[in-house]
Amino acid sequence: MNVLLDNLALFREGFLGTLYLTAVSAVLALVLGVVIAGFRVSPVPPLRIFGTLWVTLLRNTPLTLLFLVAFFVVPKVLFPGVNSFLLAVCACGFYTSAFVAEAVRSGINTVPMGQAEAARAIGMTFTQTMRIVVLPQATRTVVPPLSSIFIALTKNTAIAGAFDNVDLFNVQKTLSNDGYEIAWIFLWITIGYLVITYAINGLFRLLENRLEVAR
Amino acid sequence: MSASVLFDAPGPRARARNLILSVVGTLAFLGLFFWIGIRLNDKGQFAGELWDIFNYAGIRENILDALLSTLKVFAMAGVLSLVFAVILCVARLSDHKPIRWVATVFIDLFRSIPLLITIYALWVGIVGDFTPMWALVVGLTVYNGCVQAEVLRAGINAVPKGQAEAAYALGLRKTQVNASILFPQAVRSMLPTIISQLVVTLKDTSLGFMVLYPELLYSARLIANNTPVGGVYPIVQTVIVFGAIYIALCLALAWLANWIEQRGRKSKAGITPAAGAKELKEVAAAGTADLAAAAPAGTADIRKE
Amino acid sequence: MRFHKTAAAAAAVLALAATAACGGKEGSAGDKPKDQTDEKALPTYDIAKDAKVDSPVWERAHKRGKIVIGAKADQPYLGFQDQSTKKYSGFDIEIAKMIAADLGFSAKQIEWKTVDSGARETAVAKGDVDLMIGTYTINDERKKQIDFAGPYYHAGASLLVRKDEKAVTGPETVKGKKVCSIVGSTPLQVIKQPKYGAKVTELSKYSECVSQVLDGQVDAVTTDDAILMGYAAQNPGKLKVVGKPFSDEPYGVGMKKGDDALQKAVADAIKAHQDNGDYKKAFEATIGKSGSKFKTPPQLTEK
Repeated sequence: MNVLLDNLALFREGFLGTLYLTAVSAVLALVLGVVIAGFRVSPVPPLRIFGTLWVTLLRNTPLTLLFLVAFFVVPKVLFPGVNSFLLAVCACGFYTSAFVAEAVRSGINTVPMGQAEAARAIGMTFTQTMRIVVLPQATRTVVPPLSSIFIALTKNTAIAGAFDNVDLFNVQKTLSNDGYEIAWIFLWITIGYLVITYAINGLFRLLENRLEVAR
Repeated sequence: MSASVLFDAPGPRARARNLILSVVGTLAFLGLFFWIGIRLNDKGQFAGELWDIFNYAGIRENILDALLSTLKVFAMAGVLSLVFAVILCVARLSDHKPIRWVATVFIDLFRSIPLLITIYALWVGIVGDFTPMWALVVGLTVYNGCVQAEVLRAGINAVPKGQAEAAYALGLRKTQVNASILFPQAVRSMLPTIISQLVVTLKDTSLGFMVLYPELLYSARLIANNTPVGGVYPIVQTVIVFGAIYIALCLALAWLANWIEQRGRKSKAGITPAAGAKELKEVAAAGTADLAAAAPAGTADIRKE
Repeated sequence: MRFHKTAAAAAAVLALAATAACGGKEGSAGDKPKDQTDEKALPTYDIAKDAKVDSPVWERAHKRGKIVIGAKADQPYLGFQDQSTKKYSGFDIEIAKMIAADLGFSAKQIEWKTVDSGARETAVAKGDVDLMIGTYTINDERKKQIDFAGPYYHAGASLLVRKDEKAVTGPETVKGKKVCSIVGSTPLQVIKQPKYGAKVTELSKYSECVSQVLDGQVDAVTTDDAILMGYAAQNPGKLKVVGKPFSDEPYGVGMKKGDDALQKAVADAIKAHQDNGDYKKAFEATIGKSGSKFKTPPQLTEK
């Protein structure tokens, strides 16, 4: 019990760190994911190739390896002096974007063909078809998988703890070094993660309900 | 819906525009690769000596050992997680409320805890006493089992209700309905998702570095940190080599899944529309024959009740 | 069709990996770690023939004919594993061999296990390793979980910077600078205090900190001077150690809590080899080469 009370500031910092990292990476992943999904169905071949390459590379690489790239290769070769939060966001965000892209693409596939055909029939361009007709309808089917993707993201941010980021998992290392009972530390950290993941779950359920009504 | 439905066959203007975009896009990507290449070259990362470390028998053996221990954990965790998933899924769909409830809570809980924490907690010994390898295997099994169970459940829910109802009407027991009607169809429809979760399992073996299990990434880090060449650490090189190994493994797994799926399709050729009406009739006849055989048993059961 | 191509590519890479086992150059890759230890100057240790320690850990080790010793793998001159030969070398490794010899185990009967800093207490407490010898500072928090024998060496926290670094000359000059160390390490807690006011970067391995300081991602690495000297010697002309030690780091041998007989046996072994000169010889042949000066070993307090 007193592990939490004694180190409330540390737990708070860790919790907010995880929350912050999750939120920023989620936004990055969402934006990138939609763009990449757009690339994958676009009429321009190089964009399609790039999209496929992006998804294949990122989906088949362990996140830890991406962290190694972000922390030891990127600063060495490309951009020296980037701060570690940004690097962690890039690693988590890029990794998750590949999953978002796949979810959005399969969402697009569930929109009835007639919709796109009708859009084309009234003279819409590819961008218009996507923006006005296909994507809004795809949203409905994309929301449930997105929820689990973002929950996975929350959990993946734990890996960032080993790479100079303040997060919940790091709290465990610091505290067990101070000699606290490890089971209690784990209990509180787990609860911290559960709070975030259940919040995401609830948020997406709300979103689903609203979209359901809009139909 | 295939991509082509989203846009018209391009006319002359669109073709010109697409061409411009193609050229610009290609140039942009080539530029990006070129830039990265130049930067790597500037930092001397293409120097032969740095890559030469992978020519040493010792380093290769090291990588191979690590690869094998990764594959060992993956094989165990993959099989065990699927078995565990079936058990959890059956429990989740059980007719008994307490069992259903326990399974639901279990799945919800372990899907929400970071795998890193589960593995670490198992290893530290909060519950039970596990060696690094078993902590990794059990952690992966529990987590992926939960995810796969939900995938299976989604697959079962997607099977039209009539299927199960028909099976019950034929007098099949619940176990029989599950084993011969629901699960096969669920697995077939969910195979892509199941495989992509197996890919996740494979990638997650890399979390073994936390519990000192000498898997692929663990050895990658040691090689990168312990084999400086002329004072330069071969981090870029190791990341590229090990990244390639992981990607190859995952793609091989995906390819395997695809192959299995296609085989499955071929063996059920009768269902494709290409099958003539004659075949269809045969299938129907066989069906009725089965029905006839099954019906008395079913009615007998009902009478008994 | 696409899958055929990817499959072919995958097969090619796997084939590469498979052929990896056969052939290839012999010896160790990269900069020769041979420079780290003077093999010829290393002392040889007499294996105690009828060693008998009244300890469950020892009994088990004796029965399986092997003693499992936890060590660091990424600290040149102290505990370092050549990745092509898988051989360990360094001062801690020599200390381990001395102790093992007195417990009745030859160097060949030692099963080495790489244990990272953050995992040491757990590995010892769980019995994953019989003894932990890897720049392991004796302190009160750790003593709650495990027992130590020693100290066998006295180190102190210092700073490792790039050769051309002018601003950082010691712990007083790190205000606002980025200093790297591993998660939860003691020097990091010290240097974080307002008195010093450094901005800290926490990674999981010292070697990764070293790579960050070389890349200019951080300004300094802080940990025990013995470790830092090793890295500086491994990267001559690029890194240097600055400042006076600002903390006490007495190194001990970690073992399961409550095993008094083993603790005494290990402490006796350390003492014996310090007295017969093996300790000094081993020191000169390993970390002595990185520039650390020999000091009279500290008084044993945990025995």
